Amino acid sequence: MIDAVEVPPPAPIQRYGGTGDGWFTWRVSDSDDLIDDLRRLAERHGDGPAEVIPTRPDVVIVRAGSIVVKAHGPGARREPLELRVRAAAHPALRGIVLGPVTEEVAVVRGRLVTVWPAGTPVDPGDPDAAPWTAAARLLARLHAVPARALPPLPPAGGPARVAATVARLEGRSPAADLVRRTLACLPLPGSPASPGDLPGGFPAPGARLPGPRVPLDSTGAPGHPGEPGASAAAGSLAHGDWHMGQLVSAGGEWTLIDIDDLGTGDPAWDLARPAAWFAAGLLEPSVWHGFLAAYRAAGGRAAGAEGDDPWPRLDLPAQAMTVQLAAASIDKAERAGRPLDEVEHALLDTCEKIARARNACHGAPAQ
Amino acid sequence: MQCPKCRGLMRTYERNGVHIDQCESCRGIFLDYGELETLTRIESQWSQQHHSAPPPPPPPVHGAPGWGAPHHGHYGHHRQRSWVGMLFST
Repeated sequence: MIDAVEVPPPAPIQRYGGTGDGWFTWRVSDSDDLIDDLRRLAERHGDGPAEVIPTRPDVVIVRAGSIVVKAHGPGARREPLELRVRAAAHPALRGIVLGPVTEEVAVVRGRLVTVWPAGTPVDPGDPDAAPWTAAARLLARLHAVPARALPPLPPAGGPARVAATVARLEGRSPAADLVRRTLACLPLPGSPASPGDLPGGFPAPGARLPGPRVPLDSTGAPGHPGEPGASAAAGSLAHGDWHMGQLVSAGGEWTLIDIDDLGTGDPAWDLARPAAWFAAGLLEPSVWHGFLAAYRAAGGRAAGAEGDDPWPRLDLPAQAMTVQLAAASIDKAERAGRPLDEVEHALLDTCEKIARARNACHGAPAQ
Repeated sequence: MQCPKCRGLMRTYERNGVHIDQCESCRGIFLDYGELETLTRIESQWSQQHHSAPPPPPPPVHGAPGWGAPHHGHYGHHRQRSWVGMLFST
């Protein structure tokens, strides 16, 4: 079924070397042993010969016929993952999020491993054919599931990932400094721009993302403290790391995959990537407007109701995501020793605009 | 007639029953008594004929955030590896 994906070369050292995201590295012999064990596990659950499926550098996926086994990133913690796998198996998420083959979380050479049905991902070779409408509908359906309908879940990924991605930047290049400076302008947990932080730097489970005491909209005017979505976010589900790689077609229908960041939180963060791409001028306006319209038509309310200006809700997540995407891409470019390309420059230009807009906010007289 | 402002020569035109004196040098216009009211009346008749109902308010434009740049997009980037990579990866 994963016919769109080429089987990678057998030498795993190429995939874990310095060419990728460079999040985690470990000795090649360790990854060889891990892959051998994963192959055996996959063949035990599956119905075909085991093959390694290319994915991001901190994760290993091995397929055997109709199933895949996934070794989660080295930093993954067992308890939140178990809660998330259990939630993915819950009937309330059927048809929205891919359910696991088993709710059991195995440990293979120190790595947490889960087992899933195999599906066909979106073809990266044909980005114009990406199923934006299907994705929008799935996110809307996910966001409509009340968190209380599921077993308890940890907070969704999103806000924490931004700071973590920027923290991985090593260089002192002007680009890296710009990204750090822009992050510091954003009222995110743990940032100087957020005087109302919770201790510990991250929102309490299910809490609304802490921001300035008076929420600011894009113009710096007081925001919409009474808006429904902001306060309802506590009871909302969010995927936590949505992008086009987080969809597979299984049984003829698209479903969301990768529950590693699934949890409670502000679902507007799930729209943050396309919103940031659009704002940076990378995603065609027609694609963005179609995605947003499909999301709202399917009942999605993370960006306000139909007809509302979505940006009071999307500004902060999309700005934070722009910073994260810029950080990740310049990190990649710097590690590969190549100059920044047009896409990366567009992200940096947008960072500069964000910093300017946010600093203008801070400089505005209190209202 | 001389222009009260620049002393230039004023020429008289007649348009729809309204006398208009325009200075040939500074282009200033002089209206006789009641001619401004006549013009206002003609204007309101015209707009009633052409806009019998008040125009509907324009739909809200929620195009783009102030901090973004979609009006001068980089849509030629579509085959760039970094864009495809970003679209599909964490």
